[in-house]
Amino acid sequence: MSEPSKQTSKIEIRSLRKSFGSNEVLKNISLDVAKGGVVALIGPSGSGKSTLLRCINLLVVPDGGSVRVGDTRFAFGDGAKLPDVKTLARFRATTGMVFQHFNLFPHMTTLQNVMEGPVTVRRMARADAEKLARAQLAKVGLAEKADQYPATLSGGQKQRVAIARALAMEPDVMLFDEATSALDPELVGEVLNVIQQLASEGMTMVIVTHEIAFAREVADRLIFMRDGIVVEEGPARQVIDNPQEAATRAFLSHFHRTGALPPANATP
Amino acid sequence: MYQWDFGILWSYRWLFLNGLGVTVGFTVVIVVLGLVFGLFGAFGSLSRFKAVRLTALTFIEAFRCTPILVQLIWFYYALPILAGVEMTPITASALALSLYGGSFYSEIIRGGIISIDKGQSEAGAALGMTPGQSMRRIVLPQAIKRMIPALMNQSIIQFKNTSLVSVLAVPDLVYQSQVAAHDSYRPLETYTAVAVAYAAILIPLTIIVRRGEKRLAVSE
Repeated sequence: MSEPSKQTSKIEIRSLRKSFGSNEVLKNISLDVAKGGVVALIGPSGSGKSTLLRCINLLVVPDGGSVRVGDTRFAFGDGAKLPDVKTLARFRATTGMVFQHFNLFPHMTTLQNVMEGPVTVRRMARADAEKLARAQLAKVGLAEKADQYPATLSGGQKQRVAIARALAMEPDVMLFDEATSALDPELVGEVLNVIQQLASEGMTMVIVTHEIAFAREVADRLIFMRDGIVVEEGPARQVIDNPQEAATRAFLSHFHRTGALPPANATP
Repeated sequence: MYQWDFGILWSYRWLFLNGLGVTVGFTVVIVVLGLVFGLFGAFGSLSRFKAVRLTALTFIEAFRCTPILVQLIWFYYALPILAGVEMTPITASALALSLYGGSFYSEIIRGGIISIDKGQSEAGAALGMTPGQSMRRIVLPQAIKRMIPALMNQSIIQFKNTSLVSVLAVPDLVYQSQVAAHDSYRPLETYTAVAVAYAAILIPLTIIVRRGEKRLAVSE
């Protein structure tokens, strides 16, 4: 399962295929993310970008192809044995994920949410986990909300807690699944700020987003997907400013027309 | 006009108290055992393995869809003939009532678990939890809150269902009151008193449950 491979990239996806019933969602997708790289996945809904993201930490198990994060590689398809639950769990502990709907644990305080991974998965002593969790909450600017329950927080605060929860596992890579799509427009900026800060610290990230201007600013590579295939990819600015494919142009023109500019505080 | 005379029941007080003790003790046993069966039924019906799911479903529907009175009689009279298992009336009725209650508990527990948003166990998995860890740490603590009112309700029904064990001559409150009624020729007073005794135990319980529900709703 784990094989020493040359560290050319942090994430390496090869010939990935996934179908839900007769619906082929991913058709032979390959993707590389360099260490410290930030890749933005854009595309219309139903294009397969969220499924691709979920295949990276195997929340969705692919039908074929291979996934490597760091030194751990999994192959899928004919003859390949599905990884068992323990192997899967250990693998996912090294990848952080942030969901569109936050998925915070409502029966735990903010601090307990952030401590949960280190205590339950990493078997860290509670005192150490609490120190780590408080540091992560401070990092997303929510140190003073430690003892509150998620229900009392705004959407933007919830998503920042969710980011802190993922960071507390000290992951190698971070995956963002439309992290700002469920937020009120005025709360988007505070979450994008945190993501941008992570990018500047050199975190390897894959970001599924509809914030085109943000992707242009933060991502170094951009991938445009439609109907389960990569239509166009390249340096983020180049693809957004000068798309080569008609489908990419059509998709992006929609954003220019509706003026989806980043909130004023999204970029420092 | 009928002349009520409850005073006559005083001389049977030890009989009633004895019966009440059996009824309460029986309820404790069948609720605890029923919850155990319910847990097996619920997790079985949620299993990844089809054979386990089918077994659990067969158990649940067999006991949920047949009358408890028939089950009681069947356990006591049919099992010795079919399986050669001799059982005392107490064992047979405890088993039948626990399995009957367990089938309903199964559905309550299963419903509570699947009512928790899938995103919760996904978030647990994304942190690196095994399915068992996310069930224990994330899903169950939230699900149990939602199950409690329905579990209490089913347990109240179980308490009253114990009255049926009198058909197998288990000396519960109803059985003892039959004895008292035959002896005193005062069935009206006897059964009225028995009804009051059941209600006197259950009404305070329902009030506690309702209060608990309100508290849970606040903390949700």
